[in-house]
Parts: sequence; C-alpha cells; structure tokens
Amino acid sequence: MSVAVRIIPCLDVADGRVVKGVNFLNLKDQGDPVELARYYYEQGADEITFLDVKATVENRSTMFDVVARTADAVFIPLTVGGGVRTVEDVAQLLAHGADKVGVNSAAIQRPELLDDISSRYGAQVLVLSLDITRSASTPSGFVVTTHGGRELTDIDALEWAREAITRGAGELLVNSIDADGTKDGFDLELISAIREISSVPVIASGGAGSAADFPPAIQAGADAALAASIFHSKAVTIGEVKSVLKNDGFEVR
Amino acid sequence: MTQKSVVVFDYGTGNIHSAIKAVELAGAKVELTRDKTKCAEADGLLVPGVGAFAAVMEALNAVDGGEIIERRLAGGRPVMGICVGMQIMFANGLEGGVDTPGLGEWEETVHKLEAPVLPHMGWNTVEVGENSKLFKGIENERFYFVHSYGVTEWNLDVIPPFPKPSVTWAEHGQRFIAAVENGPLVATQFHPEKSGEAGIQLLRNWLETL
Repeated sequence: MSVAVRIIPCLDVADGRVVKGVNFLNLKDQGDPVELARYYYEQGADEITFLDVKATVENRSTMFDVVARTADAVFIPLTVGGGVRTVEDVAQLLAHGADKVGVNSAAIQRPELLDDISSRYGAQVLVLSLDITRSASTPSGFVVTTHGGRELTDIDALEWAREAITRGAGELLVNSIDADGTKDGFDLELISAIREISSVPVIASGGAGSAADFPPAIQAGADAALAASIFHSKAVTIGEVKSVLKNDGFEVR
Repeated sequence: MTQKSVVVFDYGTGNIHSAIKAVELAGAKVELTRDKTKCAEADGLLVPGVGAFAAVMEALNAVDGGEIIERRLAGGRPVMGICVGMQIMFANGLEGGVDTPGLGEWEETVHKLEAPVLPHMGWNTVEVGENSKLFKGIENERFYFVHSYGVTEWNLDVIPPFPKPSVTWAEHGQRFIAAVENGPLVATQFHPEKSGEAGIQLLRNWLETL
C-alpha cells in the first residue's frame, strides 16, 4: 500500500463567493465557498483549493474570513492561491487556517520569494502554481505564462520548475493552458515532462472532461489531480472519479 | 462521562485552527493557551507542530515548553504530539543539515526519509501497533501525512510492569513511525485534524483514554 492519489476540487473565489468565468472574465456566481467546500469534503475530496481570483486589498479580508470558516468546518487540507506576493501574505493565510499557499506570478517576478517562504514555514506549505503553454521559443517546448495564460514569458517551464524546487517549492500545481477549458483530458505530455524533473509531488490541472480523463494523468506521473468545472457542474462526482481510478488499479482513499 | 478538557499548547507554531475545532468536534472542551497552570491542569495537552524541527524547538524553548511537557509526563498526565509535535519528542532531529536536540522522551533520531518523491504528502495507510487504543475501529482508514523527515527505527525496551508501547508504522520509500502510544505520551506523524472523519475518531479515541 502506498499514498493515495489525491483528487482536489478547486473553487475560484471573488468577494466571498464561488465564481467561474472564462479567463477570469464574465464571473458567474456559483455559491458559498464554505458550503461548497463542505459539500466536497463530504463527497470524499482529499484536499480543497481556493483560488482568490481578485486578490484586491478589499477582497483579501473577505478571503481570510472564508478561509477561517472553511478550516473550522472541513477537516482536510486547504490550499489558498491567488495574489500571494509576500511572506506576510503567507503568514496571514496560514494564521487564518490555510495549510498550503499557492504562489504564481510573484515568484516569477521575484524567485527569492520561494526561498523566503520555505525557510520560514517549510517546503510543505509552498505550492508553486505554473500556467504552462507550448512554445518553440524555449528548449523544452513549454513556456511559463502569466495572467491566466494570456501573456507569455520567455521562461522555460521545466527550467523554472527545477529552480523552484531548489528554492523550496514543496509541490507543483501544473496547469496546462493548452488543455484548460477543452474538456479533452489532461495534458499528458506536459505532466510526464514535469514528472521527469520533479522530486516533489505534482498536481495535474486543466482539461478534465470526464472521470475517464483522470487515470491517464496519474499514469503520466501526477500524484494528484485538480479540477473545477466538471465538479461544479455536477457532470462528475469525486466518488465517480475515485472509482474509475480504483478500477484501473490506482490507490484511492 | 464528564467532558474532558484539552489545552492546545500555544507556542506560536503553524496552523492550530483545525486542531482546535477537530478536538472540539471529538467532544472536548478546548482552550488555546501557554499558561503553565492551565497546561498542567487540563486532562490532555495537545502539542501541534508545523515547520522545521529547529524552529519548533526554538519556539517551544522560548516558553518553557519542554518543562511543561516533561512535568505532565512525570506525573502520568496525557500529552499528544502531532507531526513535528511528535518529532520533537525524539532525541534529535537532522532537518536542514543541523543536529538539533529534541525533548528526548524517545531515543531515536528524526532524519530525512529516503523516497523518490518528497514531501510525503497525502493519504496513506498505516500498520497499526499491537494493543493500540488510538486506532480502535479505524485500523483500515487512511490518514493525511505531510512531511519529509521521520523516524525509521524503534528501540525502546520497557521493563515490566510498564506496558509495552504500541508503535504504528507507515511506508513511503521506507518504513517509518506513523504513531506511538507510550503510556501518557502519544503522538502521530500524520495530521488527525486533517484526516477527515477517521482523524476525528482518532481524537475521540484519545479523549477516551484521558
């Protein structure tokens, strides 16, 4: 027996509500984050991830309240990402009950942020979020993007992942911009490329359209898989995903 | 049964939100404090721990944590350590390339696990020790681990009439200690407060021993 594959529903949160939009536009209200987190907890989610899609100063305190109320009601790990720019942001989120924090753009601008966070709180709290697309401009063929995939950088995604692990990232959340929203399945090529260079757990994200999409992602090397819309739309339950994984011989909780 | 009182030891480490709520849900009256009298008088003392071994020891030492814990144990008063709160019960920890003394309740050393993927993060099974009270009824459940360091041996020889400690193991790359039940001192490497209903049941089982 070994550690189980983790299935992680992701909730986009703005102004204290769960929203879903296309590239963060046209946000549509989908409910109370604490209630939804509780619902997924009862369904057997292995972790919950909140993404603070606005991350403005005003939204921040609302987010802290959401995090605190969730940590009081949901007894599984809670990750919060979106707008984390400083060690102080991390301190605040952890103090309100988050177990892990996701860092994305701020680390691209200032990689030392990763060292600062992990030396103070340990690698286990630090999830590096990567929004990745294909590009001929980098040696690996994968490039890091910002602004939800709308802006390219000149950073090789695999190089950056390697550097981030050295600097103290304890987990990689690998979101494929190419697969995101397609519902055609996870980006298996990207997952296996990241797995090859990663000594820390890898979470696959982007592209899930059915329960059958999950086993190939784990086969490709992911330790966990994250999805939003297929769970929110109730197209698939967490239980269904787990039973498909179990049938394919993967360990689940 | 009267409600048990538990103090969650407040020495400035990590995330104690869920620990407090989970112990409340398990049925105890919970207070977060570092007050010495309250720590001494509670039915149970819970020692959480998140972060690096050395940082946790430093924070504990700053508020006489070692003394508070040792006094309770000397009087047979129950203490439970969680995650790094378990690790610091051992003799020393090698995290970050430094050798930091722990509280030395148990003689082994906490060292980096040998595994292809670290941290060991997620829900794992456990091999429950003989005569365990903590895992009663939840022997086949999974628990949530997040750590890179652990203890891979156990040598404590107990002289009768003291009961033999119950040691629970898990595996990630190598076998390591997932929990110890040694008289008044119990500890888990995983996070019961993050282990869903199974974790709450484990805390309930602990409260029953208080």
